[in-house]
Amino acid sequence: MGVEGIGARVTRKEDKRFLTGKGRYTDDMSVPGMKHACFVRSPYAHARIRGMDTTAAREMPGVIGILDGRQLQADGIGNLICGWMIHSKDGSPMKMGAWRPLAYETVRYVGDAVAIVVADTYAEARDAAEAVTVDYEELPAVTEAVSALQAEAPQIHPEAPGNLIFDWQIGDPEATDRAIASAAHVTEIKIHNNRLSPNPMEPRSTLGIYDAAEEHYTCYTTSQNPHVARLVMSAFYNVAPENKLRVIAPDVGGGFGSKIYIYPEEIVCLWASKKTGVPVKWTSDRTEAFLTDAHGRDHVSTVKMGFDADHRIVGLKVDTIANLGAYMSLFSSAVPTYLYATLLSGQYAIPAIHANVRTVYTNTVPVDAYRGAGRPEATYLLERTMETAARELGLSPAELRRKNFIRSFPYQTPVIMNYDAGDYEASLSAAMQAADWDGFPARKAEAAERGKKRGIGMSCYIEACGIAPSAAVGSLGAGVGLWESAEVRVNAVGTIEVLTGSHSHGQGHETTFAQLVAERLGVPIDSVNIVHGDTDKVQMGMGTYGSRSGAVGMSAVVKALDKVEAKAKKIAAHMMEADENDIVIENGELKVAGTDKTVPWFQVALSAYTAHNLPAGMEPGLKETAFYDPANFTFPAGCYIAEVEVDPETGKTQIVQFVAADDFGNIINPMIVEGQVHGGLAQGIGQALLEEVRYDPESGQLLTASYMDYAMPRADDLPSFDLSHQNTPCPSNPLGIKGCGEAGAIGSPPALINAITDAIGTNDLTMPATPMKVWLAMQANH
Amino acid sequence: MYATSYHRASSVEDAVKLRGEHEEGRYLSGGMTLIATMKQRLAAPSDLIDLRHIPDLKGVSVDGRNVRIGAGTPHADVAGSSMLRSVCPAICALAGMIGDPHVRHMGTIGGSIANNDPAADYPAAMLGLGATIITDRRWLAADDFFTGMFETALEEGEMVTAVTFEAPEKAGYAKFANPASRYALTGVFVAKRGDGVRVAVTGAGADGVFRHAGMEAALAETWSPDSVAGTEVAPADLLSDMHASPDYRANLVKVMAKRAVMAAG
Repeated sequence: MGVEGIGARVTRKEDKRFLTGKGRYTDDMSVPGMKHACFVRSPYAHARIRGMDTTAAREMPGVIGILDGRQLQADGIGNLICGWMIHSKDGSPMKMGAWRPLAYETVRYVGDAVAIVVADTYAEARDAAEAVTVDYEELPAVTEAVSALQAEAPQIHPEAPGNLIFDWQIGDPEATDRAIASAAHVTEIKIHNNRLSPNPMEPRSTLGIYDAAEEHYTCYTTSQNPHVARLVMSAFYNVAPENKLRVIAPDVGGGFGSKIYIYPEEIVCLWASKKTGVPVKWTSDRTEAFLTDAHGRDHVSTVKMGFDADHRIVGLKVDTIANLGAYMSLFSSAVPTYLYATLLSGQYAIPAIHANVRTVYTNTVPVDAYRGAGRPEATYLLERTMETAARELGLSPAELRRKNFIRSFPYQTPVIMNYDAGDYEASLSAAMQAADWDGFPARKAEAAERGKKRGIGMSCYIEACGIAPSAAVGSLGAGVGLWESAEVRVNAVGTIEVLTGSHSHGQGHETTFAQLVAERLGVPIDSVNIVHGDTDKVQMGMGTYGSRSGAVGMSAVVKALDKVEAKAKKIAAHMMEADENDIVIENGELKVAGTDKTVPWFQVALSAYTAHNLPAGMEPGLKETAFYDPANFTFPAGCYIAEVEVDPETGKTQIVQFVAADDFGNIINPMIVEGQVHGGLAQGIGQALLEEVRYDPESGQLLTASYMDYAMPRADDLPSFDLSHQNTPCPSNPLGIKGCGEAGAIGSPPALINAITDAIGTNDLTMPATPMKVWLAMQANH
Repeated sequence: MYATSYHRASSVEDAVKLRGEHEEGRYLSGGMTLIATMKQRLAAPSDLIDLRHIPDLKGVSVDGRNVRIGAGTPHADVAGSSMLRSVCPAICALAGMIGDPHVRHMGTIGGSIANNDPAADYPAAMLGLGATIITDRRWLAADDFFTGMFETALEEGEMVTAVTFEAPEKAGYAKFANPASRYALTGVFVAKRGDGVRVAVTGAGADGVFRHAGMEAALAETWSPDSVAGTEVAPADLLSDMHASPDYRANLVKVMAKRAVMAAG
């Protein structure tokens, strides 16, 4: 490892502009003639639109245009779609209701857009939007998935009778039933996974620009995957052919999944730009973000886990109801199925697993992937169940887990996944040692003297990242492949641009991807620029989500670098009259191994472009492209231990220690990985203790529409984290990387809830474990 | 936010004059609630008359045990006043718990008590200290000033200019913060004087800040954290919202009262 190569704690190249306020986000973009948009949104959770009167609004100052969904449909703009087909167990396809970019027949959640107002200023657009009169016939609403399945529930989409989108299963139901029937002990538990709002620091924003002369559209947008946005807007929403649509996702301030999807606003602003003849910008305010950004989680599950007399798991049966909201968002169907139930084996050898998943429409904002996406739900369910089982069986939590760990690889689970590498014992041992697990009883006694209830809890998580082999996801219903692309462009002076289909919205790719190049070519990272986020600059790519940029995106860079290196070696061999097989690249030089003959990197690059003296038949230039399709998912895993003190008088939980032992395979930049873990832990702790989206069940109004009511984790809610890394390199990609972006959010919630329930001596506690809930649980327990 | 006109008043007289000229105008004294409310379009004053730059409204003065705090004094200045801390550390501690550093440098005591948010901290201190609220027109006892949730005795156009109180023998404040907003889910201010004890509760009351007679009597008899245990807090008089039930708030009132006494020493 060089000072800037793989494994170095290089400070982030991008931080100078972020920390000095020089980042360029979508809302910073301004073009001549640009106007501002405000959307007219439904104040009702469910209503029929009888009519709309824009007469008064059109007369308001500054108004340029007011457009509605009928005009949009007349212009041939399509409905929004879910891009992952799931079939119910009876073979029928999922029942997707129509999602109009601008609703004109029915609105189905508070915030559903019905019209766009374009005006000279945002304030004028907003004033005029308030003056639009929509004649609504309010309909009964339902916000909870379990309620939506009841016979008397309001019907939300005609396409989905009973609000059931699909009734899907995975695993062997009969074998699992038999295993549980014959079990020596069965642990049963109900699991509720709370609904969350992603809350990226930068709210969504889009700028649509139509160039009438070229019949060309440019879309600036807060996207994690601009190429996918272009593909979907072109192929499904009929906005424009791909060659007439440029999508740019400039600096993006966090996504956590919520910026994967195409939302109505991007489509409508592009179309409105053509209709009004002006560039149209819209930026969400924070309450609009709570109302319209895709939410995460919202599962209700029942679990049965059977054990034999030796405490080995014999079977796991899960029944889950997942709330998908009012419409099916882009990847919503995959989250509670293939990103969730395929991880239900956890770190354990479970011979029989069966999961049944019903997904349901409700009058709430669409639910889709949020940091972890399905894997936190699986981990929470399993690790709460394991903890409960250990208590019921009178075993220590570690003993029960150790008894059931998978210990040889590759390991084929009963739910599709083939784990390629791991050492779960290593992370468990490291975490227990770091947490001084054995010293806990003394600490508990000391806390009791201070009047505090101290508890300890663990969670052994596994996740599947690096999504994913294109053929595999295609066979499971994905509408796209999940490879990644890279182009390595060496300039004539030897500096390098790497064009990647991955997209950085906080992950630090400009640093880590440059470190990879520095490692391979021995050049300083300052001579390497990472280019991403613009469909006109970068070849087709699939974007960033599911902790895939290292494992998949950087693997594509490796493949492109392989080609660049091979050509550079040929050129260097020709220059030095040596055999190309004898050329090595070290410290920015190409050398003939075992001699003192060298040629600097920049000179090879220059030779490639002057082309005065290249090997016979060689094309000039030094620029290579590669596409990488992963061979398997990657499987990061680890063990988290939380230690808490509960104030018995108020129910308030204080985290006194949090240990995270993660196996992410090989690590490019430990500092950035630690930052990712810290961020993930903060969001996982937020889910466990603080965060919950709540709707009024009668009216469907969003109750948590601002930070006055939605509790985000703050610095003083969090302890100082104790991190360590174990390493079983991933065998299925060239860098041995597994991915680290989501682990913290996946592994931490059950560790916290296991610790709190240990402290207060009850098992009946749902997330978020607010002080009131914990206090009530203690009252009930007395 | 709707369009509004901003005026920076140079003196109390100037502010009152400006306010009189604009029927739909509002005083702005930090804006930590008003500006957020305006951004949500829940308030639409035609004019804002900013009081934060009036020299006469600023500053803490301590004369013996008599304290005067100008209405335009930001929370950070109250929290950081060593003179004030030497006679009444509880109010410094309370001011240091309001919001975050940004809020504490913008928000003012006058703005806070004139708004009388049912979960704000200062109303508990004013009521607990038996402070006098001075306006451009009159002097009002805190008991008469706070009249209900977001309601005060202030008349149209009347402006708080200062608060004044005599430092008590002992005082303490304990707050249980709302996990989301960090306003008081329940906060209790206790103050002990030769002639009795006052216990003021914020964040919990269905009608805003209130005094708890039972606790006052119990603590007057025996000044001890344990004295609170035998008192009753009626959940029926308390707020119910998604963050806390009346029963939970009733529990918090007692726990915070106990801790306020402990903090008071």
